[in-house]
Amino acid sequence: MIEGFGPYLAAFAARFQVMLQYRAAAFAGFVTQCWWGAIKITIYAAFFADAVRWRSPMTLSQAITYTWLAQAFFILTPWAGDPEVAAKVRTGAVGYDRLRPLDAYGWWYTNSAAWMTARAVPRAALMFGLTAVIFPLVGLRAWSWRPPADAEACALFAISVLLAVLLSSSVVMLINLCVASTLTDRGVNNLLPPLVIVLSGNLLPLPLFPDWARTALFLQPFAGVVDIPVRIYFGGLAGPLAWTGLGLQLFWTVILIAAGRFWMGSVMGRLQVQGG
Amino acid sequence: MGSLRLLCRYFAASLRAQAQYPGTTLLTATGAFAVTFIDLFAIAALFARFGRVQGWRFGEVALFYGLVSISFAIADFVSRGFDILGTEFIRTGDFDRVLLRPRSAALQLIGYDFRLRCLGRFGQGVVVTAIGTAALRFHWDLGALAIATFAVIGGVALFCGLLVLQATLSFWTVESLEVANVLTYGGVQAAQFPLSLYAPWFRGFLIFVVPLGCVAYFPVVALLGRHDPLGAPDWFLPLSPVFGLVFLAFALWVWGFGVRRYTSTGT
Repeated sequence: MIEGFGPYLAAFAARFQVMLQYRAAAFAGFVTQCWWGAIKITIYAAFFADAVRWRSPMTLSQAITYTWLAQAFFILTPWAGDPEVAAKVRTGAVGYDRLRPLDAYGWWYTNSAAWMTARAVPRAALMFGLTAVIFPLVGLRAWSWRPPADAEACALFAISVLLAVLLSSSVVMLINLCVASTLTDRGVNNLLPPLVIVLSGNLLPLPLFPDWARTALFLQPFAGVVDIPVRIYFGGLAGPLAWTGLGLQLFWTVILIAAGRFWMGSVMGRLQVQGG
Repeated sequence: MGSLRLLCRYFAASLRAQAQYPGTTLLTATGAFAVTFIDLFAIAALFARFGRVQGWRFGEVALFYGLVSISFAIADFVSRGFDILGTEFIRTGDFDRVLLRPRSAALQLIGYDFRLRCLGRFGQGVVVTAIGTAALRFHWDLGALAIATFAVIGGVALFCGLLVLQATLSFWTVESLEVANVLTYGGVQAAQFPLSLYAPWFRGFLIFVVPLGCVAYFPVVALLGRHDPLGAPDWFLPLSPVFGLVFLAFALWVWGFGVRRYTSTGT
């Protein structure tokens, strides 16, 4: 095995640059996320303004910031496998990957991480520009993406987003392996999205779910993808709770990477390469 | 061969093709059922926390959502050809062959693919409507059934119209525009809540530009025997789905214009 991170960094950079080229897709995704976000915050506003029973764990402006952040990082939510891996499995090109003098898990992992991050960056930047910069300027401050709670929250948020990317990539790797072992991306790509979208907080901020579910929702792995970073950002998770959140993200990342590595070994051991 | 018999042939061929992959078909339908069901999950969670919103209860919102889902599922079932016109027909130049056959292009696109996965969303719509009915202890008499049927017909026409307009755009853009999903999938999302919750400009858009309110909100208000809090006259409520049909007629007119302007990408 070649020593060092050189090849992995190169793979990351190459894939990142390729994925940045899809500007029209990024713009289409941005418009879609804006529409969905706008509908959501209007609905939240109606509920918050007119609630018969007022017992909300978060304020409306927090819910709005939560929504824009979740929409901005929507593409980081691990609800589909890397299409390149699926294509490799379908065409048999996975055989070339087996011949590389590199760690197979690390190779796919860096590729998948680059695939997600590069698509997230332009979308998040556009979303930030519109809802955090332009909205307040044109008098839509009430509907805007607010600044973080304080400097500490901002710093912890940065760490948390990084962990979210690592965690998300480890889930994508499990999906990739599922694709590699079933030889098709149809099944898992159809069944996983509903689960991930609910459990990550993308559908509805996790704190708004019934109180009895709160602890379980906080502890499950997908909270680390959206909910924990966002709540650290607006101060919903502060002090020891914020560190607990970061710890949970790290814990699940390590567990899922270990599970992925173990599974990879057995999948690659009995891999049937398609094609002639 | 009559157009109807031809459509039946298309339908049978489509079913046979999907029967070759029973596992995939079942999985995708189940997936569609689950994906569309999670929206209801969020609505239920919001109502569980906040009780009611502007006098609307969970059951009523479930009725809005159920009817829109049923309409969209049927529209999606019959207009898949329009949905993928850009990528599968225009970019490849295959649309030339469609035009050469002695049948209308619209008919052939309807028959292109009847996807059984749409059953997932349809089933979800039925279940959600049933949940709403149970929550409200709503009694379906003949009048209510008639209004609901008309609303679904109008809704199918409206969503088909949107997909036809999306397809027409691809004559110029030479690819399928995913941004149009904002109005189809996003329209379902928007129409599942009572219009009175929205800001006036957005409400106006959903009534006068893309009349989603006319195929979901107004007929359901009539169904519930309520007066419209927005002030629409009572006689208008059950008749409003007709604007879905008007929208489809408009879309087909634009489509005809697009077909005449079509330039092939082939050699």
